[in-house]
Amino acid sequence: MPIFSPMSLREAVDIYAEHDSASLIAGGTDFMVEVNFNHRKPSTVINLARIESLRTWSVDASKAVIRIGSTVPFAQFEKPDFAKLSPALSHAARTVGSPQIRNTASLGGNLGTCSPAGDSLPVLFALDATIEVASIHGVRSVPIQDFMVGPKKNVLNHGDIVSAIIIPIADGFQDYAKVGVRNAMVISIASACFALHSGTCRIALGSVGPRIIRCTEAESFLQQEMTTTGVPSLEAIQHFSEIVSTTAQPIDDHRSTAAYRKHAVATLSRRLALRGFSL
Amino acid sequence: MSNEHYSLHINGQEHQVQDSWIGESLLYVLRERLGLPGSKGACEQGECGSCTVYLDGQPVCSCLVLAASVCDSQIATVEGLGIDGSLTDVQESFLTQGAVQCGFCTPGLVMAVHHLLEVNPSPSELEVKEAISGNICRCTGYGRIFAAVEEVVITRKSK
Repeated sequence: MPIFSPMSLREAVDIYAEHDSASLIAGGTDFMVEVNFNHRKPSTVINLARIESLRTWSVDASKAVIRIGSTVPFAQFEKPDFAKLSPALSHAARTVGSPQIRNTASLGGNLGTCSPAGDSLPVLFALDATIEVASIHGVRSVPIQDFMVGPKKNVLNHGDIVSAIIIPIADGFQDYAKVGVRNAMVISIASACFALHSGTCRIALGSVGPRIIRCTEAESFLQQEMTTTGVPSLEAIQHFSEIVSTTAQPIDDHRSTAAYRKHAVATLSRRLALRGFSL
Repeated sequence: MSNEHYSLHINGQEHQVQDSWIGESLLYVLRERLGLPGSKGACEQGECGSCTVYLDGQPVCSCLVLAASVCDSQIATVEGLGIDGSLTDVQESFLTQGAVQCGFCTPGLVMAVHHLLEVNPSPSELEVKEAISGNICRCTGYGRIFAAVEEVVITRKSK
């Protein structure tokens, strides 16, 4: 049987371990593009969409975190009950593809594909998400910083299935913004997530490097400003966005130029920070 | 190449799929194996929306659904919208308002609009734009499509 639709994670990891050539799918929106264009010829497929525990999200109030099953469709994050817990992830989810794509595509897919343009990834980096990875050897937790190792490269080995994503409940401003050639149905040219969390400031960039980039130097600078003056000045935020721009490592490609991307991340980070401090 | 046999629940009926290849999309199976050519194939990468069907009531791009993975789901296509082959009110309004030019995007748009009006009977202009943001039309410029949606909203309210 070349397609398996296991009902439990336990069953899924067992099947995956036994089939060397198996591919995993959840929504299939990345996978099927490759198949349709003959870039991939699947022989065995494990469909994760029937595993109930992967299709739900829940709140752990004692740890102030949200635990999100890896195959929860992006459309779920647009709903108000989720949006109030994680505005940045909700906003990022809303910019993924089209309503049709968001009804099936998932965080597990973004993590499996690990494209620097994956819309959810800057949010996961800014929030220091933890990725739960299951295999026949058990479940391990991987910090997102260690999970993505390069463009379309992650730490997953054959047999590993992303089961959940854990992010903190927002306790301050957080938002996501991206630039593309139009408003809907667009792969980002540059993107950014800015968050004020537990008294710290975080900025993560997408589509401007081989991995998602956390701009630690810019974060420290703004942090310093927050400590000394409370709300940073307009000049300080301008300087912050300039540091962000120097941290980006963009390339020229079919979507945009490196020079424009550097300009775009400065503008995105400045706007997000201004919004964050209500300036 | 393998020979897959499975069945799909489409428009309330069970359809057998014989001798298919594992990588076939739902769009391909609908059109080429089951004689349901209403859903159109254009971009094959989820950008154009002309292949929109409902999977368990939610609009999805059938070109990006692995057919063999949705045996347990209820699938609805544009062929299943009207009763006994008659046109729905949305389809009638697309005709009267001239929202159809080449017609290639129409089945997908009709599916997107039906779903929108089911969940939101009086959408704002922005909500209509959002709901059809995954359906590309290169002929009409969308003005007549918005007019058609508005007509359906008004007609349904007056009933």
